[in-house]
Amino acid sequence: MSKYFHSVTLDVSKCVGCTSCLKRCPTEAIRIRKGRARIIDERCIDCGECIRVCPYHAKGAVTSPLSIINRFRYKIALPAPALYGQFKDLNAAALIPAALRMMGFDHVSEVAHGADIVSRAVMERLEKPDCPTPLISSSCPAVVRLIQTRFPELIGNIVDVKSPMEVTAIQARRAFCEAQGVPEDEVGCFFITPCAAKMTAIRNPLGHETSAVNGAISFLEVYGVLSDLLRKNTAKPDFAHFPATSFGVNWARIGGEAISVGVNEALAVDGIDNVIRVLEEIENGRLPEVKYFEGLACLGGCVGGPLTFENMFIARNRIRLLAQMLPKTRPERKIPDEELEALRDQLYLDRPLKPLETVRLDEDFKTAMDKLSRIEKLRKELPGLDCGSCGSPTCQALAEDIVQGYATELNCIHLLKERLRIMASQMVEMSEATRE
Amino acid sequence: MSGAICESYAVEAGAFGTAGEASGKIKGVLRKLGVPSALIRRVAVASYEVELNLVIHSLGGTIDLSVEPGSVVLDVADRGPGIPDLALAMQEGWSTASDEVRMLGFGAGMGLPNMKRNADEFAIQSEMGVGTRIHMRFRSPEGTGT
Repeated sequence: MSKYFHSVTLDVSKCVGCTSCLKRCPTEAIRIRKGRARIIDERCIDCGECIRVCPYHAKGAVTSPLSIINRFRYKIALPAPALYGQFKDLNAAALIPAALRMMGFDHVSEVAHGADIVSRAVMERLEKPDCPTPLISSSCPAVVRLIQTRFPELIGNIVDVKSPMEVTAIQARRAFCEAQGVPEDEVGCFFITPCAAKMTAIRNPLGHETSAVNGAISFLEVYGVLSDLLRKNTAKPDFAHFPATSFGVNWARIGGEAISVGVNEALAVDGIDNVIRVLEEIENGRLPEVKYFEGLACLGGCVGGPLTFENMFIARNRIRLLAQMLPKTRPERKIPDEELEALRDQLYLDRPLKPLETVRLDEDFKTAMDKLSRIEKLRKELPGLDCGSCGSPTCQALAEDIVQGYATELNCIHLLKERLRIMASQMVEMSEATRE
Repeated sequence: MSGAICESYAVEAGAFGTAGEASGKIKGVLRKLGVPSALIRRVAVASYEVELNLVIHSLGGTIDLSVEPGSVVLDVADRGPGIPDLALAMQEGWSTASDEVRMLGFGAGMGLPNMKRNADEFAIQSEMGVGTRIHMRFRSPEGTGT
């Protein structure tokens, strides 16, 4: 299997080996070795927490440069609804399509509209008698990967509908090719993304073979040009032709998706640590009343993505205000049956989401048992300060790393200090014993 | 092979703040050992229920976890007060939990039945003034480990 692509990357020249990212990573995917951070590929879920916390900006996200669009003859922009929260003027939402066309795109399709389609498809799933409880949203790729690595037993609860990004790309490309009479491979679809995880999901699609999206361009990449174009704009915003509803736009903030799918017994949770805690509860069978679970890795939802410009609280509030201005047509009324049927063949995940075992100590059960008891013994010798100076996030993690052969006991500066103290007193003893 | 006790977890009475920690740790250990996730899920549900029972009803106790290829065993013992009528306690919906506890979303009377449902072997003994012991074994159809 080819190496798993990660959008989240480390610039070694900027990393000083501090423990900021080490301590913050929700999946313990980072180690500091030889004075530099190292990301363990199998564990990273591309949530982007490390990008946020790195004081030296050594953590970054590989996304596509704007110039990537020139690889295709025809270019379609797919702005994430969170983009509308980045600009002070709420009218920006209606002006962004024209501005994106000035930047070189031939067509703009709102992912908020794709969100309305997905809402309808999810509603159908919720009505099926064999629908798992709770049904879990598939829209945040970091959460989907979190479930694969840490909550494999909940994989079957993930709704098998593709994300709004994918659905929008499929629909936009088809419509463009039909209207213009051009072949599909000449059309590039580019997601304007608030996060790194979406880029990863394009390169390593979750639950389907290939992505309909050809690249992800970050908010930060387009922010300067876009805000400049919006400032110079003289045209009147045309909300009458804005294709997205209040519901679709609200997917940009936490809770918007839950309201869109229209079940009262829905639970929306934002922030990766909070999502982990609630998934634990679900796994323990503690939330039987919840029918739909919307979990978003970033606080505030997509408006809080690591590649956004605006403060999350401000952006989230703007999305709320914008949603008030837009038509409150529910997705089931907005999306006609024919539109849903036309997409039916491409709407669903067709590859099983596989569990990704990352914490198993050994393939062999007896060896794993043996390792576990050695880890337990070691952990008792370690100081339990979880200081991170050894390069592992916690004393428990260091004990595991030692047993797995990735570290030694003397990585722990406290044990080292103790060892030095003993050696020093032995030397004093020796020198006294040998004094003439 | 008899399963060596991997871990023993103490659970304090009334410690709602830390309730769920023991079952969380049990889940972590089972993942590290590569126990199949379907089996982990059943153990997780039962261990959480039993941990909450210790917090709510008992004077405190311990959960011992042992793992061997193909099965997971939980042996739970508390220091009292004991269950006066076991047959009644095993009925769904029967609970002696206080209103305060019910306000927290517990005490629906599903704890013991839920444990029994998730375990392949379930044995309970209780003596008033002494304590309650519960033995649960969870088997994996495909065998744990390799």
